Amino acid sequence: MIWYPNQTRRQSHLLISWIFVLLLAGFLLPRLVAAGTLLKSATLMPLWSPQAQFAGYYVALEKGIYARYGIDLKILRAGPGHSPADALQKGTTDFAVLWLTTALQHRTAGTHLVNLAQINQRSSMMLISRKTSGIQSIGDMEGKKVGLWEGDVSIPPRAIFARNRIKVREVRQSHSVNLFLRGGIDVTSAMWYNEYHTIINSGIDPEELNVMFLRDQGMNFLEDGIYTMNKTLQKDPTLAAAFVDASLEGWRYAFDHPDETLDIVIKYMREAHLPANRVQQKWMLDRMRDLMMPVRPTGKMGVLAEQDYDAVALVMQENGLIRKYPAYRDFVWRADAVQK
Amino acid sequence: MPFKNSIVVKFVLVISLFNAVIFALTLGYNYYQSRVILQHELESNSRNLAMSLVHRVETELAAVAKVTEGIARSLETSPHNERELLTLIRSSIEQNPEISGAGVAFEPYAFNAASHLYAPYFYRENGKVSFRRLEKAYLDFPYPYWDWYQIPRELGKLEWSEPYFDEGAGNILKSTCSVPFYKDTASGKQLKGIVISDISLDSLTQLVSSIKILKTGYAALLSRNGMILAHPMKDAIMNETFFSIAEGRNDPSLRELGKKMVRGETGFIHYQSLVGFSSWMYYTPIPSTGWTLAVVFPEEELLENVRKLSMTMMMMGFAGILLLTLAVIYIARKIIKPLRLLTGATDEIAAGNFDVELPATQSKDEVGELAHNFQVMRESLKDYIKNLTETTATKERIQSELKVATNIQASLLPRIFPPFPDHPEFDIYASMVPAKEVGGDFYDFFFIDKNHLCFLIADVSDKGVPAALYMMVAKTLLKTEGQRLGEPDKILSSVNNILALDNENCMFTTVFCAILDITTGDVRYANAGHNPPLMIDSHGVRYLTPKPGLMLGALSGTVFVTERLTLEPEATLFLYTDGVTEAKNPEDALYGEERMLKALQGAPRDDLAKMIHFISSDVAQHANGAPQSDDITMLAIKMAKKRTA
Repeated sequence: MIWYPNQTRRQSHLLISWIFVLLLAGFLLPRLVAAGTLLKSATLMPLWSPQAQFAGYYVALEKGIYARYGIDLKILRAGPGHSPADALQKGTTDFAVLWLTTALQHRTAGTHLVNLAQINQRSSMMLISRKTSGIQSIGDMEGKKVGLWEGDVSIPPRAIFARNRIKVREVRQSHSVNLFLRGGIDVTSAMWYNEYHTIINSGIDPEELNVMFLRDQGMNFLEDGIYTMNKTLQKDPTLAAAFVDASLEGWRYAFDHPDETLDIVIKYMREAHLPANRVQQKWMLDRMRDLMMPVRPTGKMGVLAEQDYDAVALVMQENGLIRKYPAYRDFVWRADAVQK
Repeated sequence: MPFKNSIVVKFVLVISLFNAVIFALTLGYNYYQSRVILQHELESNSRNLAMSLVHRVETELAAVAKVTEGIARSLETSPHNERELLTLIRSSIEQNPEISGAGVAFEPYAFNAASHLYAPYFYRENGKVSFRRLEKAYLDFPYPYWDWYQIPRELGKLEWSEPYFDEGAGNILKSTCSVPFYKDTASGKQLKGIVISDISLDSLTQLVSSIKILKTGYAALLSRNGMILAHPMKDAIMNETFFSIAEGRNDPSLRELGKKMVRGETGFIHYQSLVGFSSWMYYTPIPSTGWTLAVVFPEEELLENVRKLSMTMMMMGFAGILLLTLAVIYIARKIIKPLRLLTGATDEIAAGNFDVELPATQSKDEVGELAHNFQVMRESLKDYIKNLTETTATKERIQSELKVATNIQASLLPRIFPPFPDHPEFDIYASMVPAKEVGGDFYDFFFIDKNHLCFLIADVSDKGVPAALYMMVAKTLLKTEGQRLGEPDKILSSVNNILALDNENCMFTTVFCAILDITTGDVRYANAGHNPPLMIDSHGVRYLTPKPGLMLGALSGTVFVTERLTLEPEATLFLYTDGVTEAKNPEDALYGEERMLKALQGAPRDDLAKMIHFISSDVAQHANGAPQSDDITMLAIKMAKKRTA
């Protein structure tokens, strides 16, 4: 074999050039991504501070699912003093997690927001009383001190009281359950995935409680859904579709990997200086799975069924919370419409 | 051969095992009791520790509550303008270092009709007292809806809030003491607002956390909701409640324990601590807040000393049992050694060697005694055997002498048949079978002149050597007197007189004495108490009936009578002693005169020897092997056929 020094040098030169290009690409690409030159920036405001109720979004962000869908997402701080609906209206966030009732109220009040996806397929809201108080039914709550959250959240229980024609002594309750635990109120509003479990884990056994799901009272007021302003949607429907798909994928990933999901959620909770209780978050994640499962065989995860929408809207109208409501097709934007 | 000394093994097994069991039981009981005692002491110790901690905390909390109450009562009793109110709040915080913040929050429009909400609040910040208006600080979530306001408002009494992090003031853990105050109106008491005093829980949790019990024990603090406030598990603080931990660990008993705690119970329990070791816990509530203070004593460490002691005791016990075993082996061997030597010696003795050396034992115990007794026994045995040997030798000598005597006695009786071959006129045959070596029976026949044969049969009243000797005398006398006197009655009288003369031993003899004229067959005979003889002739077999007469040697001067008969040719006279008729079979039945008569009727008559042997065998058949106590003697005499030539 004959030795050709020149040829070897030429080959190595070529190799070095390639390595340089590859290095450059590898070095620059993430920068470009980070700078948003390749990804579309978007913001999301959840309904509340970080917890497993929003696990899907945090997981999708953490696992790079949003990035894969071409979105550089920022999850905004939420919690006490932050109104996602207001933020949507003001344009401080692109997407928000809102209750259907809240969204309807804002929509009828003139804020043109659109339902992109309905995360919770059934209502998780409940009214809890101690067995010792003898409250067995909604009727028994007549004249009792009932804790209600401030704002739209109190719509479903108020609607139920109105429908049952009872008057309760409304007490505005905070986000803690202490007022109920100390006996300051007879009945407390609670979410199945959160406050109910907090009460249990404050040393009160389920057997000591009377629990009424509002959905069992004919008030399936669907909660968490993904909303955006119509103008945002019109500007970039692909972004909205990508956001919904990525979010749902995040949820699916969360349910398939509960331990990893809890790690991620707790990490965000600690960053927000929130008490992080893994057991509580696990409960919440498990309940979210229950709540997100479609109610009907034909139902689909993330899709707001027309009859659910009509039922909620009708009750709200009957109770004078809204005067009239938009048509289902007008209110709900189907992500698959983009593909058409 | 370890099991050769089976006694040693048994000793060791039984004593060591029993000791080990007793020791183990004692040790176990000791350990158990120590635990119980320790537990009792622990309970009071832990109670004291917990109570002292509770007391310290309670004192501080009570002071704060008192100050807060004081402000509330002061606001109720007299109206305060804003300046007075602020001075009151400020002075309360300045005079009470434990209060980190204090304020008064009014019900809507309760301070004055102009302001909706009004809540002045002083707090410590970097060593200075700062001021804030809470109604402005909590715009998003107005203060009337906070727990520290709402709960006392709804309950109408002093309340300590659940501990919370105050993000505004450097994220410190705080609890607020809230006291509602009222205004008396026509319609009754009307709430005016809530007086609040904050305390930092950092010093409190630090106090609790600083408690170190042994190496791993600790103290913990729980809120009314079971929230962990102070605990070695730092991550759990303000994140976990006792119940969430119970749920996470799927431990219902932990949840039950937590329920007891938040209910304000006091208890002392043995449980698996949250940190994961077996412990004793004393828990008791802090009365004013309803929080729970728990002190946890690690069982492992508590019992370490007891366990160490038990281990030492176990080692000591083990060594003790080992020593004991050695001692037992030593003692057992010491006891066994002479026994073993004795066993060896007895083997020899059993084999017949009485001169073997017996082991010397110094001990005075049972074994020593045994050895000594054995020694004595050997000596006794030796003596006994010596005596036995001597006795046997003597007996053998006597036996041989008796044999000689038998021979002599036998030789004394005429034993050669036919005794008179040159006298065909008659035939005579006799036999004597002595019951012992020598007998008292005898017979004799001799000529007293050419034609007269004297024959006799006798039975001495005794048997054996004395009878034999007596028989010798009687036989000699009868022969000499027979030859001298020639008349049966005279012979008997003479011999009787001689025998009766010196009969100190009171021995007698029966005699049937007869003299036959061999030419005619005439027989003169006299009887001295002997059995009647039998006549066998052409008329058959029959008993003669001689006059009985007295036995010889009984009484001197006895008169005997001579009787006569004639033996026909071929007639036989059969004499016998009572040894024949009184021969016994194994059932003690006598041979009897009847049977003898019958036997003689069937016996051969031609040959006297055959006749006597026939009777002998018939007697032997009757006796059937039974030993005979009397001599058996028979004599038969028969006249020959009349010669025709």
